[in-house]
Amino acid sequence: MGFFDRLKEGLQKTRKGITEKIDQVLVSFGKIDDELFEELEEILITSDIGIETSMKIIEDLKKKVKENKLTDPSSIKKLLKEELIQILTENESELNIANSPCVITVIGVNGVGKTTSIGKIANLIKQKNKKVIMAAADTFRAAAIDQLEIWANRVGVDIIKQSEGSDPAAVVFDAVQAAKARKIDVLICDTAGRLHTKKNLMEELKKVSKVIDRELPGAARETLLVLDATTGQNAISQAKTFSEVADITGIVLTKLDGTAKGGIVIAIKSELKIPVKLIGVGEKMEDLQRFDAKEFVEALFE
Amino acid sequence: MVFEGLSNKLQDTIKKLRGAGRVSEKDVKEIMREIKLALLEADVNFKVVKDFISKISERAVGQDVLESLTPGQQVIKIVHEELINLMGSENSKVTFSPRPPTVYMMVGLQGSGKTTTSGKLASLLRKQGKNPLLVACDVYRPAAIKQLQVVGGQLNVPVFSIGDKLNPVDIAKAALEHAKAKQHDLVIIDTAGRLHIDEELMDELLNIKSSVKPHEILLVVDSMTGQDAVNVAESFNEKLGIDGVVLTKLDGDTRGGAALSVRHVTGKPIKFAGMGEKLSDIEPFHADRMASRILGMGDVLSLIEKAQEAFDEKKALELEKKMRTQQFTLDDFLDQMQQLKKMGPLNEVLGMLPGVNAKALQNVDVDEKKMGHVEAIIKSMTKHERNDPGIINGSRRKRIAAGSGTTIQEVNKLLKDFEEMKKMMKAMTEMTKHSKKGLGKFKMPF
Repeated sequence: MGFFDRLKEGLQKTRKGITEKIDQVLVSFGKIDDELFEELEEILITSDIGIETSMKIIEDLKKKVKENKLTDPSSIKKLLKEELIQILTENESELNIANSPCVITVIGVNGVGKTTSIGKIANLIKQKNKKVIMAAADTFRAAAIDQLEIWANRVGVDIIKQSEGSDPAAVVFDAVQAAKARKIDVLICDTAGRLHTKKNLMEELKKVSKVIDRELPGAARETLLVLDATTGQNAISQAKTFSEVADITGIVLTKLDGTAKGGIVIAIKSELKIPVKLIGVGEKMEDLQRFDAKEFVEALFE
Repeated sequence: MVFEGLSNKLQDTIKKLRGAGRVSEKDVKEIMREIKLALLEADVNFKVVKDFISKISERAVGQDVLESLTPGQQVIKIVHEELINLMGSENSKVTFSPRPPTVYMMVGLQGSGKTTTSGKLASLLRKQGKNPLLVACDVYRPAAIKQLQVVGGQLNVPVFSIGDKLNPVDIAKAALEHAKAKQHDLVIIDTAGRLHIDEELMDELLNIKSSVKPHEILLVVDSMTGQDAVNVAESFNEKLGIDGVVLTKLDGDTRGGAALSVRHVTGKPIKFAGMGEKLSDIEPFHADRMASRILGMGDVLSLIEKAQEAFDEKKALELEKKMRTQQFTLDDFLDQMQQLKKMGPLNEVLGMLPGVNAKALQNVDVDEKKMGHVEAIIKSMTKHERNDPGIINGSRRKRIAAGSGTTIQEVNKLLKDFEEMKKMMKAMTEMTKHSKKGLGKFKMPF
């Protein structure tokens, strides 16, 4: 199955939801008026894009309609698409693992799919013939280490672990030493899920990061925030607070195979300028895709 | 950032709608727009918001405005009450089967917190005298069974597991037999997380349901869920017929609008709230707290509610009488202070009082610690001293300071302020002899 097919398959629900409704709206309105804009705004809001971003998008849309003296409601769809692409493509970037060694730290709140995503990421990188090692630094949640270990075995990569309850920074330290000794290309660090409101846990992330900086100075770093596509406006708060303790380089948007629209990505990109790099579209090892803004929006509107 | 913007707008709207003894249609329309935004920002589903707003608008128009409130506040009060009504319900407690074992089945999306909640529930209900058995039916996610085993181990609650090679339906059946044999009167089945649109896995839940006939099916919902909460809840309820909801991860800063959405589309009560990572972090669901959280108009709400509750009429009348007759004692003062404290952080309360400019107070930091000192000082006095502060001489002051852990200077200051306050009251009551509005504007000694 090619990339496009898989992406389409994963996005089917999303696309159906958003475009059906937009088409519905466009058909039911003969001209462009406030009511039409209101309906469009409603569609954006129900995709979890959030009020502020939705309003902003609609305002921009209104301006463009006025500037271009548009009178045909169907031209709105094209404009809206362009608007969304523009938001998402600004400073587009993808997972950068070109330089070895590279350390990927995966962070996020509880239950968003960090460990599963790491399994998938490891698989993705391994297929590029790179040497990968995992660090089981979620030493808090019951059986999190076992879960990651199963993924490591599935993918066929090494894992560095200690016992449950040990210091995550110590696990990462061990992993970095192992990475150096074994000449690893990419080290992926799992971390415990933590609500961004837990101050001391957020501090712990800083410590982990410091260990990496100290032991592997100059290594390429990726810090990925995993977001659940089902999440509403709180995702913005998550992204914001995690940014304060970690230099987030990108987002992994998971669970896009459900009915959730994942619109919050647009709000986050618009407000915080954090790009989405990968999307999770299923439970299988291959169900992780590179996020491409254009394709994402194209697929939404197909 | 987003919310602050909304909050300021709300304040402006409320201010605009002044006077008038009754809530007019225009009042409702203006304020409802703000409420709509607040609910949407809290992730309440769009359709649910629409339904809710239209229902409330009908109810609100023409209502009498309470003396102490503005029409805008009155509408918010109605909205808040209705939110509590909607989310609260009498049958929000879990029930037990008359013929044990009682079986609970935990269902939900991936990552909503089923396993942790199962453990918390077992722990909570064991405290109520149950003998629970946890059942590991998540045969899909790597190490899910191990996770439940670890949780069970931490709680010292037995976990039934026969590996991940068997069908969950068979595991559930075997667990029920095991529970009967081992005299467990409560069985909590932890199922695998699944998407509500995954028909195969949803059918599996249905099969577990028909083979073990759970007494309650509890849907575990992440409180951070967005607009999609309605689809999830509706699907699970339609397919399985859920009996209740457990809301998780409420220890974060989400406004939790999903609670209202889920309640609205399923009509099923929210029974518990997960409040943290420790296995004791679970509480019964409180509709009133949730309503305030979703509405997010904390400041306005506290004014409306607490002002009514804390300062109950009778006490106010009594107090006024005392002030008029110059019998206001340090005990009354303490009492009043405690009532004030009940209303929330003092600088917020002050900002909410009619006639006080909220903006001017923005940088005023009322020292709550100092209030605590005042309280301690008064409490260190004898009954006699409180009724007649005039008798407090040097050695008494020394004793009071030592007893309250403060300094003599602080005691002196309190007594001086109190005297001044009494003088002010006297002047005031003479000024407004027959008016009830003279209350509450005197200077407090903190």
